Order: sequence, then C-alpha cells, then structure tokens
Amino acid sequence: MVVQSPGKKMFARETKSDIVLLITLYTLLILVSLTVLYPIIYVISSSFSSPNAVNSGKVIILPVEFTTIGYERILQYKPLWIGFMNSSIYALGSGLLSTTLTLLAAYPLSRRNFVGRNAIMIFMAFTMFFGGGLIPYYLLLSKLHLIDTRWVMIIPGAVSVFNVIIARTFLQANIPDELFDAATVDGCSHFRFFWSVVLPLSKPLIAILFLFAAVGAWNSYFNALVFLRSQELMPIQIVLRNILIQNQQFGKYGLVSVEMQKLKMNDLLKFGMIVVGSLPLMIAYPFVQKHFVKGVLIGSIKG
Amino acid sequence: MEKTIPIPVNAKITWLKIIRNWQLYVMIAPAIILIFIFSYIPMAGAQIAFRDYNPIGGIWGSPWVGLKNFEWFFSIPDAWQMIRNTLVLSGLGIALGFTAPIILALMINEIPNERFKRYVQTVTYAPNFISTVIMVSIILTLLNPRIGVVGHIIEWFKLPATDLIGKPQAFPWIYVITNIWQYAGFDAIVYLAALSAISPELYEAARMDGATRLQKMRHIDIPGILPVIVILLILEMSNILGIGFEKIFLMQNSLNLPVSEVISTYVYKMGLLRSDFSFGTAVGLFNSVVNFALLISANWIAKRTQEVSLW
Repeated sequence: MVVQSPGKKMFARETKSDIVLLITLYTLLILVSLTVLYPIIYVISSSFSSPNAVNSGKVIILPVEFTTIGYERILQYKPLWIGFMNSSIYALGSGLLSTTLTLLAAYPLSRRNFVGRNAIMIFMAFTMFFGGGLIPYYLLLSKLHLIDTRWVMIIPGAVSVFNVIIARTFLQANIPDELFDAATVDGCSHFRFFWSVVLPLSKPLIAILFLFAAVGAWNSYFNALVFLRSQELMPIQIVLRNILIQNQQFGKYGLVSVEMQKLKMNDLLKFGMIVVGSLPLMIAYPFVQKHFVKGVLIGSIKG
Repeated sequence: MEKTIPIPVNAKITWLKIIRNWQLYVMIAPAIILIFIFSYIPMAGAQIAFRDYNPIGGIWGSPWVGLKNFEWFFSIPDAWQMIRNTLVLSGLGIALGFTAPIILALMINEIPNERFKRYVQTVTYAPNFISTVIMVSIILTLLNPRIGVVGHIIEWFKLPATDLIGKPQAFPWIYVITNIWQYAGFDAIVYLAALSAISPELYEAARMDGATRLQKMRHIDIPGILPVIVILLILEMSNILGIGFEKIFLMQNSLNLPVSEVISTYVYKMGLLRSDFSFGTAVGLFNSVVNFALLISANWIAKRTQEVSLW
C-alpha cells in the first residue's frame, strides 16, 4: 500500500463483511478494466493480423499470422494523409485561437472590480442552455461566406463558455486581486499585468484550454460534415467515416485491385485505419489525460 | 470613505472604475463579439420557423406563416415516433448511463490500494478520448456477425447469427451501453473529487461506531455527493430531447431507422439535406424550447426539494 488519502484509510480491523465487500469490489473492477481494454486490444491485434485471419474472424485477442501488410497499404493511401494534415491545422488553429480568446475573456471576469461582470456572465451562460438551432446557424455562416472554407472549422466555435468559466475559476483562485493592486502601485496596467504576471502563473490552465480545444477539434466530424464540401479540406474524421462506416472502397484509389483480394483486405485496412486515426491521441494520452482531469476538477468546483 | 454617499457619487465611482479599467473591456470584447455573432444572431434567425423562408426574402423578408411549420411537424406520424425514440434513448441514458459513473466512483473510492485505484482510473478514462467515428466503427466491427466478438459469442450459444446493429429492439441498448463503456470512467472524476472532499471526521466517527464499509458508503459517501449528483442530473434533464447528433447519426442504417431517428438527425436531414430551412428551424426551435423549459423546471424542483440549484 502506498500513499493513503484521508478518509479512505483501511479500517484497523476489517470485519468479515468488509473483506467480502473488498474482494467483490476488486473482482468487479478488474472485470470493468478488462471490458474496457478488450475492444482496444482486439482492434490493435486485428490490425497486425493477416487479411485472411481477420476476414474469417480468427482474431480473438492476439494477432493471428502477424503481418504489417495492412499498414503498408494504409501508408500509401493519400486521402488519409490529407485528412491528417487538415485535422492538424484545425486542431492547432482551434487550440491557439480558443486559448487566447478564452484567457482574454476570463481575466476580466475574474476581477472583482470589473463593472458589468454579472451581466456579461449571464449573456455568456445563456448560450449554454439556449440556441437558435442548426439551420439559422448554417444560414448565418453561409451569409458570412464561411461555408467550405478552413475558417469555419476554427472561428465560429472558438469561444466555449464552459472553458471561459473554467478559466475564470482558475484565475479567481490563483491570481488574487491584491496581487494586481500591489502591481498597480508600481504603475502596472492590466495589459502588462496579464502578460507578465497572469500568463506565467497560468501555465497549467493554458495547457488545459489548449488541449480541450485541440482534442475536440481533432475528434469532431460534425462541423466538417455540415459546413465543408471540398474533399481537400476534409479532416481525418470524415476520411475515416467514409471508409469505416460508409464502406467506401479502398480499391477506387488503386490500393487493392483484384476483386476477391479487395474484399478480404478491406476488413484489415479498417482496423489499421482505426489505429492510425487514434495514434496522435494514443501517444499523447498520459499528457492529455492529466490535463483533462485537472480541467474537469476545476470545472466541478463551481457548477 | 464617508458613510453617507449620495447616489450620483456612487454612479460616478462606477464610471471611474470603468474608465480606469478600460483595458479589461478591450480584452473581453473579442469573446463577446464572437458569442453575439455566432450564438445570438442565430437566435434571431430562428424566426424563420414562423416564416416561409425563401432566399430572396431572406430571414427578415420572407412571408409570415404563423405556426404552419409546427402544425405540419406534429401532423406527420414520424414526429411522435421521433420524440418517442429520443425519450427512450434519453430515459435509458439517465437510468443506466447517468448512474454508472456514480457507482464506479463509489467502488473506486472504496479501494484501499492506491496503485490499483490509479490503474483502474487510467484504463477507464482512456475511451473518453476515442473519436465518435472510431467509436462507432469499433461498435460495428464488434457486432459484425462474421468477424466481431459478439458474433462469436452468439455462435457459442448456438443462436442464429444476427446483425445486432440492424435490430430495432437492440438499438437503444447498444447506444447506451457503449456510451457507458466510453464515458463512465471519465464522468466518475467529478464524483471522485466530491468523495475526496468529504470530511475525514465523518469517517472517523463512523469507525468509532463500528460502521461497516457498506454502511459508510450508504450513510456518508452517497449523502456526501448528493449535491453534485443533483446538479449533474439537472443538466442531464435539460438535455432530454437533445440526444447528440454525432454518434447516433453514424449508427443509423435503414433497418434501425424506425428507432434511431431522433430530432437532431431529422433536423439535419430535412433542414439541410432537403433545404427545407423553415421546417428544419421549426423542429429545432421546438427542441430548444423544450430543453430550456426542462432545465428551468428541473432547476426549480431541485431548489425546492434539495436546496441545490444551478442559479
């Protein structure tokens, strides 16, 4: 046993019923974790198996007839890489813009002497619970000539009110008004204070905001489905959807030629695509997870 | 400062504060402008629900038609079918999907071994980061009678091979259970945080009284996180008609459509794919208004009964 947080101490003398309970809980949680892990392992194993093994359902847990032929084919599949690049642009763009705007909005809202704070909070929070709906939104974007441009993936969703609230809570807790009062004595303005005091003290917050926006942009397909048309602008999720869910054939792009092979190969390529599509997040998982958890915890402090 | 400041001076102080802090307004302006444009202008645009939209007249110039679009919506049998589908999915989602993370958090919280605890958390958080497209394709693969594990299980029991995703009776269960698989771990974080904030003295007292772990869970843990549960339940209730678009749209096929068509997917198909802007807006507006009304009533009930509320 390692560190124990208060309140969760092992009781000095575990009664019989407690021991039964603990054994049950351990068993259940082991089952839970295996249930969560199984589909992930199955997908990865399948992606390294031979087309025949995948196609006839022979893969249960470990790869069968290990091969990387699926990945070799996928690496040559151009639309996937275009999607990969587009998604990187959207994730990076959304991350940068959203983080900047959110921090700039949250700082005033975290100041006690900011007149109009409550009115602005209501103005913002109302949009969390009520909206005009998809169609008026679409008509607006088309009037602004944003449809089928890269901007539509970055600008309209840049300010998330939920993130503003998280940032405000963080700044309220970490940047006391007294700190600014002290700084103003030395003639420091809000701009300078924000730049040279608030930002350096908000590194964890910046990471949270950036990751919330970037991961969201990477994983979502809705905006692209509704607001984009050109194939060369499509993010990876749309490319994946076309192949994984709509069963668009790889053959069209000359990857697999003979009809029979094509059918067998398709299942394998799908598994490989799933892995490649989630690779960036898999690699970043420990880092991303840590900050997401922090973000949720800050968010849960208030509402 | 003097105790008896007349109101004008107060107003003056307010203006002074505003002027002295003008930079704050510059900082918040971009966010306000974006929210105004992308959230409030569409709200005004929702008026086309009461018009017969045409591109020439536009939002402000198309002819008024009163409630015609709403009447039309409720006159088609599909409307009630869709509302029913949405309610079934939400109801099952609240009954199972909402309680799963609470139970998981209570279980994890009870584990004395920190390492095992961290292992369970790391594993169960992971699916939260899988994109909807990938999630649905994993579901489709696992349920595929030829290659998926569910097919194998059905085979072991010597049941006839079926494609579960096309079975209307199975659809809501697949939707909700896979949601639990994906989100229960991550949603448990909030409850775990609330549990760790419960005062250690309560546990100390319980220990003195010889309470078992189960009693402690019932009498300290659950009441301790009840306010958090209520707040999240209010938010959940307000979204009863707002079943998200992304996952359900991908899971739809012609076989399960009678149970999988929900309001958000219908709005997309009618409004955008068929370009019936006014009708789509009316259905969407109906949805938003019901959601908002539900939020307000859930909040009111919670305030009355639990003394917890969003505002």
